[in-house]
Amino acid sequence: MSAVARAADTPLSPAAASRRRLQWIGLAVVLVAACALPFLVSNYRTFQFTLVLVYAIALLGLNILTGYNGQISLGHGAFYAIGAYVAAILMDRFGVPYWATVPVAGALCLAVGFLFGLPALRLEGHYLALATFALGVTMPQLLKHKTLEQWTGGVQGIVIVKPDAPFGLKLSPDQWLYLFTLAITVVMFVIGWNLIRGRVGRALVAIRDQPIAASAMGIDTARYKSLAFGVSAMYTGVAGSLGAIAIQFVAPDSFAIGLSIALLTGIVIGGLASIPGAIFGAFFIQFIPNVADQISKAAPWAIYGIFLIGFMFLMPMGINGAIRLGWARFRHRKSAQREGG
Amino acid sequence: MDAFLHQVVGGLATGGIYASVALALVMIHQATHLLNFAQGEMAMFSTYIAWALINAGVPYWAAFFLTIGFAFVLGLALQHFVMRNIRSTSVLQLVIVFIGLLVIFNSVAGWIFTYTIKVFPSPFPQGPLFGQKYMSAHELGAIGVTMLVLLVLWAFFRFTSLGLAMRAAAQNPVSSRLVGIRVAWMLALGWGLAAAIGAIAGMMVAPIVYLDPNMMAGILLYAFAAALIGGIDSPGGAVVGGFLVGVLENVLGAYVVGNELKLGVALVLIVGVLLVRPSGLFGSVQVTRV
Repeated sequence: MSAVARAADTPLSPAAASRRRLQWIGLAVVLVAACALPFLVSNYRTFQFTLVLVYAIALLGLNILTGYNGQISLGHGAFYAIGAYVAAILMDRFGVPYWATVPVAGALCLAVGFLFGLPALRLEGHYLALATFALGVTMPQLLKHKTLEQWTGGVQGIVIVKPDAPFGLKLSPDQWLYLFTLAITVVMFVIGWNLIRGRVGRALVAIRDQPIAASAMGIDTARYKSLAFGVSAMYTGVAGSLGAIAIQFVAPDSFAIGLSIALLTGIVIGGLASIPGAIFGAFFIQFIPNVADQISKAAPWAIYGIFLIGFMFLMPMGINGAIRLGWARFRHRKSAQREGG
Repeated sequence: MDAFLHQVVGGLATGGIYASVALALVMIHQATHLLNFAQGEMAMFSTYIAWALINAGVPYWAAFFLTIGFAFVLGLALQHFVMRNIRSTSVLQLVIVFIGLLVIFNSVAGWIFTYTIKVFPSPFPQGPLFGQKYMSAHELGAIGVTMLVLLVLWAFFRFTSLGLAMRAAAQNPVSSRLVGIRVAWMLALGWGLAAAIGAIAGMMVAPIVYLDPNMMAGILLYAFAAALIGGIDSPGGAVVGGFLVGVLENVLGAYVVGNELKLGVALVLIVGVLLVRPSGLFGSVQVTRV
């Protein structure tokens, strides 16, 4: 949190400046690698990496709410489902182009999340977890309901067509969709990063750690909390719409409580209250079940459960926290050597 | 009118099941002030143990009590080896551990016993009893078992010194420790009791909904609603809440929202009670000292 708390105009020490430079170089390398990726691997792998990006956006959203603001959501799969259905219905029933469905999904989820966040203001800790858990469990039933069937397609769901690359670009649909998703991911992460490192982020963390002190300092707790809910739902909704476009199919049962639990697992493993953690978590929830599936149908979930509990005991700050800790120890040892020698 | 009566009585029958799961939730809450999200899956897992015992040729009632014993030890072990070692008081971390337990029990049950739906026997005779046509013998029996459990619990907490010690440990751990109560073991006992009650609920519900690893997901939600309506720290309230939720679910499902949206009733009840009256009907009001 120290990097967040530091005012932007304080001059950096030379060591911090060099570290900052290293971070920027690292980020540039990662971005270039991410852009080159679809041209190096098969279409199916590209599709899988698209889903990694989708999950990364959703996890960043959940992290803003649960990691930074401390409001526990066990039902974020519901917002993901809304985003996915908005995209699918707009494309299937109204002929809206795929790229235009993403902002609509985000806006609708912002509104729904904000509205759900209002009653959630009165709920704390376990009770909020329970209310969101109920939301997550109920969502598939709502989607199957017959009054919505003419749009949602009921249990059958909706099949949508994968978009081709525009402007006559020589890209396969998978490659194009990956690049499209990557661009949105970058935008969402830049927005998220700016939100978290500034005044809003500090307010969110203050409310999480010391709610009474935060309101005594003049932070409008209710506004920030419901806003966090809305923004978080918006991120997850955007992810849902992108996920639906990539998978080309939505059905109620793909948004059962398991999805919400997978998202929770993602932020715990990536690292609560960390932005890069969202990416690590996304890799985990995309690839680990694929590997574990070969052992048994039940194995992915068993692994989720073991990792959830194991991380809480051994690495409560997740992979990102472990990397930071390891890096700090490494630097410490190096500087100690320098002084000794 | 007759159809309406059918709905109400049917609601009372499922309400008995919700009541016993709610009772288990209240037990853990009283001992630890936590909501156990894994309660339903623990009950489901215990029911599978009963199923395996019965399949191995153990008579029903022997399997019934063996399973209760197994669940008790399971709850004890969970508190002693997992929950006790969590030093953190962060609600988020505790909830995450509960969710982890939920997922583990669910997947281990699926792994060992497969996901195919199984028929679970009922100890009660087939068909309705006492010349009435509204309730099957099993449903009537399930309600009777729930009431019996409530009675035993009440007597245990009211008349035994162990029950008194458990209440003391939950209310004021520090002072209890000073007068020689082993608080950690009292908590473990609370977990064991809750798991045992859950196992009874699981064995009562399995003949109705059939046994599969996901059978408790909806029931857990209704049980939470029941526990909240009755007041999360009131065992009697949990039972009243259970019957209320059962009837509401059935009547609203039949006449208002339709059968497909029954879970929505639970969602609305949970959020509604938490917003309007967080202490429920019979619970005590929580006061936080700033």
